[in-house]
Parts: sequence; structure tokens; C-alpha cells
Amino acid sequence: MRDIGKSFPGVRALDGVTLDLHSGEVLALVGENGAGKSTLMKILAGAQPADSGEILIDGKPAAITSPRAAEELGIGMIYQEFNLVPSLNAIDNIVLGYEPRRGPFIDERGARERATGVFGELGITLPLNVETSQLSVAQQQMIEIAKVLSRHARIIVMDEPSAALTDREIDRLFEIIKTLKAKGAGIIYISHRLEELPRIADRVTVMRDGRAIETRSIGDFPPDEIVRAMVGRRLDSHFPELPAVAPDAPVMLSVRGLSRPPMVNGVSFQVRRGEIVGLAGLVGAGRTEIVRAIAGADIAKSGEVDIEGNVLRARSPRDGISAGIAFITEDRKAQGLVLGMSVRENVTLAHLGQFVNRDLLLNRAKEEDVTEQYIEELRIRTPSPEQTVGNLSGGNQQKVVLAKWLLGKAKVFLFDEPTRGIDIGAKAEIYNLMVKLSQGGAAIVMVSSELPEVLGMSHRIMVIRGGQIVRELSRAEATPDVVIAAATGAAA
Amino acid sequence: MQEAQVQAELTHNLTEDKKKQTRAYWTRVAAAIGLLVVIAILVNIASKGSFLEPGNIINVLRQITYGCILAVGETFVIITAGIDLSVGSLVSLSGVVMAMFANSVHLGGVPLIIATLCVGLALGAAAGFVNAVPVVKLNLPSFITTLAMMLIAEGLSFKLSHGRPVPLDSPDFQSTGIGFFLGPLFTSLHLPGLPNPVIWMLVIVVGCSILLMRTRFGRYVFALGGNEEAARLAGVNVARVKTLVYVISGMCAAVAGFLLMALFSSGSPQTGTGDEMLEAIAAVVVGGTSLMGGRGTIVGTFFGALLIGMLYNVMNLIGIESYTQKIVLGAVILLAVVIDELRKRYLRKA
Repeated sequence: MRDIGKSFPGVRALDGVTLDLHSGEVLALVGENGAGKSTLMKILAGAQPADSGEILIDGKPAAITSPRAAEELGIGMIYQEFNLVPSLNAIDNIVLGYEPRRGPFIDERGARERATGVFGELGITLPLNVETSQLSVAQQQMIEIAKVLSRHARIIVMDEPSAALTDREIDRLFEIIKTLKAKGAGIIYISHRLEELPRIADRVTVMRDGRAIETRSIGDFPPDEIVRAMVGRRLDSHFPELPAVAPDAPVMLSVRGLSRPPMVNGVSFQVRRGEIVGLAGLVGAGRTEIVRAIAGADIAKSGEVDIEGNVLRARSPRDGISAGIAFITEDRKAQGLVLGMSVRENVTLAHLGQFVNRDLLLNRAKEEDVTEQYIEELRIRTPSPEQTVGNLSGGNQQKVVLAKWLLGKAKVFLFDEPTRGIDIGAKAEIYNLMVKLSQGGAAIVMVSSELPEVLGMSHRIMVIRGGQIVRELSRAEATPDVVIAAATGAAA
Repeated sequence: MQEAQVQAELTHNLTEDKKKQTRAYWTRVAAAIGLLVVIAILVNIASKGSFLEPGNIINVLRQITYGCILAVGETFVIITAGIDLSVGSLVSLSGVVMAMFANSVHLGGVPLIIATLCVGLALGAAAGFVNAVPVVKLNLPSFITTLAMMLIAEGLSFKLSHGRPVPLDSPDFQSTGIGFFLGPLFTSLHLPGLPNPVIWMLVIVVGCSILLMRTRFGRYVFALGGNEEAARLAGVNVARVKTLVYVISGMCAAVAGFLLMALFSSGSPQTGTGDEMLEAIAAVVVGGTSLMGGRGTIVGTFFGALLIGMLYNVMNLIGIESYTQKIVLGAVILLAVVIDELRKRYLRKA
């Protein structure tokens, strides 16, 4: 890709980006959100046209005018949110758009052979006759990989493929990537997880502000220099200092014997005022289900939740909110935000009662004032409170979710993957905010799949497996090996 | 210092955005009115001046009244990404039941009118509630539950009335049905007065518009249509809001049924079994409300109903027969939504 340029109204998204990819290599593409990675990849995949520049494949200029043209040129794209039809099975998804035919009918056997052939090449086994919506995220990703491979892709782009996977699934993914490499495919690997790059990447390209800032082979590109290139300045450590919890701090949240089989099985723990408790564990261990049950998003079968000594029987999220719980969900687009509404409407949604006048009408001026306050305080990058939330970047959307819950002055904050898919700068701001909340007397429970985050941001860590707390660790005891051993059930 | 700058910039952008939104809103209203005026003038020429006579304009308003009231209720349902197919049949059923009620009680004058209306509203609310329960509790599609209610209500109204209109014994409803608002005043100014049903419609349009745009309930309706799970997790009582939109739709149908009963001095099982429901949905969609939920306005619905009403009136005036009228109406609905979509895409690009 040479000198690729692209502008959106008011933004120069790409400013002459040049990128080389060799066959049989993995090129990691890193950069903060908004650096231009996704736009660049969309141009490569034919989803958007470039304003300027050219793309050469095997030295020849390629006209990528549509997604279909890109596919025919051997470019395969695996987006973070997959492009599978959830109601179709693996085979149908793989051949979709390229169905083998026998006369006017789909050649079912040919389709099956094609799918099993690709899975065989990759060494993957998974249920072929089940709707893909029933499969795990990792399995769906395997189907996506098989799909692009069945279309003879030689250039494969993966956007944050490891974001939703457990460590074991990531190992598997890396093996598959190595297989693809050995077959001579070139892979562009987009990731926010710098720690995994040495395991998989050959070279790293850092993007910032619509430019390719630096490309080096992974061997002489240490993580701190990558981070510096990404943010344009050196970050010592993006975790803030955690203030100590007063030894006599009162218990704010007490969970006793909370159960909601099969994912939550008798969970008991306490969180004190000013304390941050991390829930660690593999994906599917039941961490999200535990916080959902506490918040009332799911109804617990048995067990008790106390907030400052008052028993809470949450039958709905509404009960949790009025008891002082703020639940920041893992999937902000599906659960946290109404994307078509403005920043203002999202911020005030959970506490609209505060904005109702005596005449029962909403006080819009007050809504605007409060929203502006939070935009400033949280540094939400939005032109105004009236901007549609769907137009903001991931980090800024997450800040809107936070603003929504800060507005309620909750006593207990449940964070589920608070920094998934957002850039380093925004992450640091969210960590600082969590510290500020805990200093202000809140009790915080944080679910995170990023081990450094759990280790760096928790006073205490509970390791969850099979819907139970299998290990409780103080900050001092918690090391990566101990947590992983407990989470995977390896004796430790 | 920096904070003050940020504050200033935000305020500036907010005013700009607000201005833009206001401008966009008024551009739309102006475009709608402009379009209607252009059509009106063209039609006026075609109909040799009879279209723009005050009497005829009042006539158009009178004709759209019942459909517009149905469409207003339907707007709430459609913004939550649902649909209410039962409104037409509920017009018939409420008309029949109200007429039977009015004939059976020993009341007269205003108490009779109010009692009858209350019976109708209760019936409409109950039907809306029944529509909503399977949608809320079992997550069934509203298309199915309201389709069932459409059939049930239609069957019931024929069964109760033995298929014949139920004439009202009391003449007390005439003023509501065919009277004029401040009639003597308008007459003394040599103007045709506003028919009472038109006043009812305008009050409902304004009231429901405020309910939708300015209250907590209205905001929740949009939130529900935009992202139901996010709304639920934000503490919105999803079940209640959803139930209420169907109840509102049912009550609007009952009001339309009441006014039609008053107009004809009888409750007929046939009043709402034609194209009423489809035309109400058409008015909502032509008025810019998204069938995918999350977006829409009552004022838009009013203009949608007005456009369709004008079209019918015009075609009658220039002597287009009823089969052709349907073809034209279908084409206009399609054209309206296509133009609206193109306009949105253009705005997004600009």
C-alpha cells in the first residue's frame, strides 16, 4: 500500500500511509484507537475507497473497488465483530456467496467437502451442523478463518483476534496463524495487546494520527518503545498508585452464597469501602454472570447481597440501581449505550428522574449542563452533548457509559471488562477514575481478562473457575503464575 | 484556564449543534409545508379552484382526523420497533360497544358522553394491554399478537352487533360528531368553523407530541426502540413502557371509534375493517418514523396523514376513480420513503 490517503468530513483519517507485507510473515499493526488502522484495513478490504494512493499486489497495481474484488484478489478480512450469519451452520457460512452448485441446487456434499477440507488443513475440529450462534467466540473465529482460507486468501487481516479469547484459545489461534504462515500467506495482525506480539509477529508497524510512524522487526522493538511510538511520549506505567484501604473500613458490599446455576455456584465475598476487588479467570468461568446476578441483570436463584448492611433482592437492574449499584457492562454497544441517541440522552438515561420538572416535563437545560460537566471532567472527545454516541470512538463511548453511572452517585461499582478495545490513553484515564471513585468511598468489583490489569488495579483478587471462587489472593501474593494456575485448575 | 476554554468550546458547539438541529427540523417542516403548498397550488389549478376553498380544506382536515388519531397511537408502538395491526378493528369494536353502552344507561348530556368515552377508552386500553402481555412476557413479535387481536376484535364487533350498525338512541353525541368549535364566532366572520373532531385531533397531536418529546416516558420509548437491553440495564422499566405504548395505541383507536360513532350516530362493525390500519401505518412511515425503531415524531405523523388525506381529496376533486386512487397512493408512499432515505444519506455526507 503506497501513500494511501483518506479524509472524512473534518478529519484526515489517513495521511499518506505506506505499508509492505511479505508472504509468509505476520505484520503487527498497532496504534491507539483513531490512529487509522481500521480505516486503512477497510480500504484494503474494499469496504471503503481511498482518496489517493495505490495498492500493489505481487508488484502489480490492484483495483480494489468492492469487497468482492478484494476477495478475488486474495484479500481476506476477519473483523472483530464477525461477519457470520448466526442462524446458519459452519458449512453454510463458509460457502456463503460461493456455494458450489449442481444444476439449480446447492451441492451439499461439495459444500461439506470444501469446509471439511479447510478445517482439515488448519487442524481444527468443531461442530459443523450447529447454528454458529450456538458456538463459542473462539469457534466462530475459527470459522471466519476457514472462510477466508476457502476463498484462497493470501493476505489475511485479523482485527483484534485475541481480544475475546482465553489464553488457551489464543495459543490455538497462534498455532493456526503459524500454519497459515507456513503456507505462504501474509498476515496483518491488529492488536492492542502488546505483550503477545513477540510470540507471533515478525515485524511491527506503529500508526499514529493517520500515519505509519515506525516499522521495525519485533526483535529490536521492545514494548516500551512501541508504546512510546504509539502515544508519542513515554508512559512509565499506565497503572496509577492504589491508595491503601483503611483497615477499619466498613463493608460496603457483601455477597453470601450467591447462586445461579450453571454459571454461578455459591459465591461469597465482601468488598470494603475504598477497596477494588478484581475477579480473574478464564472466559466462561462465570465472572460476568456473578456481577450480572449482583446487579440484578439476571435474577439469582439463591443467596444474598447486602449493600451497607441492607439486604438487596434484585429482581431487575432497576432494583440494583436504586440500592446504589452501578453496573458497567462488558459490551458497551449491545448493553451499555443506545447508539442512535445523543451523548446527553445516554448520560441521563439511567437517572432521568433527576431531570424531571414539577410539571413532569424534562428539564433539557439541566441535562445539557450536567452532560457538559462530565464531558469536561472525563475528557470525552465529542464536539458537543448533542453528538450521536454511535459516532464516537470506543474509548469515548466507554467514557459516556461511565458518565451515565457516575451521575447516580452509586456506592458499589461493578466494572465488567472496563477497558476492552480502547486505547492506552483512555485506559489510563479509566484507571485513574477508578482510583478516584475508591478514594471517594465506593466499593469496586472489576472483571477483567487482561491479567496485568487485574494485577495492577486490584487490592484483592478472586480467581473464578466453574462459577466459584477458587482462590483469594492479596495484592502481594498475586503473581501471573499463581493466578493462571488457579484459573486453569493446574495445581499450585 | 484550560477548563474555561473547554467549557467555552463545548457551549459554542452545543449552540451550533442545537442551531443545526433546529435548522434541520424547520427545514423539514418548511419542506413538508412547501411541498404541500406546491401540490395544493397545482391541484387547485387542476381542480379549477375548488381545492383551496376554505370549505374543502376543512373537509380534508375532517377526513384525516380519524386516521391521524390512529397513526398517532401507532407512532408510539413503531418507535419501540413494534407494530399494532389491531387499531382498525378496535375502532369498530369500541364503536359498537360504546353505542350499546350508551343505549343501555339512563344518562343524558355531558355525563352520558363522558361515561361512554370512558367505556371506550377502558376497552381500548384493555385491548392494548392484552396485545402487550405476550410481547412483554414472552418476547413474542407484536405482529402476531396484534394480528390475533385484529381478528378477535373484528369478530367480536360483528357478533355483538349481529353485523348491523347499532344506532344511537340519544342525540347527545351529535355536537361531538358533527358540531363546530366556536361555530357562531366563525359564522359571524363568514368563515367555515373548525369541526369538533378536528379539534380533538389537534389536541391529541399536541398532547402526544409533548408526551413523546418532553417527558421521561417519551425518552424511554426512544431508548427502548434504540437498544432495549441497554435501556433495561439503565433501570428502565421496560415491561411498563412497552405495555403503555400498546395501551396508548388502543386508547387512540377508541377515541377514533368514539368520534366516528358520534359522526354516524351509530356504532358500526364495518368502520375500521377497511384500509384504516394500513393507512395509519403509512402515515407514520411517510412522516419519517423508522420501522426499525428508535426514531420518529408525532408532528411528522400528522404531516404524513395530511399528505395522504390531501391526495385522496385531490383525486376525488379531479375525478380519478377509486381503483386508480389506490395505485397512486401506493406510488406516493413508496416515493415519500425513498426521498426521505435519500435526503438522510445526503445529510450524512454533507
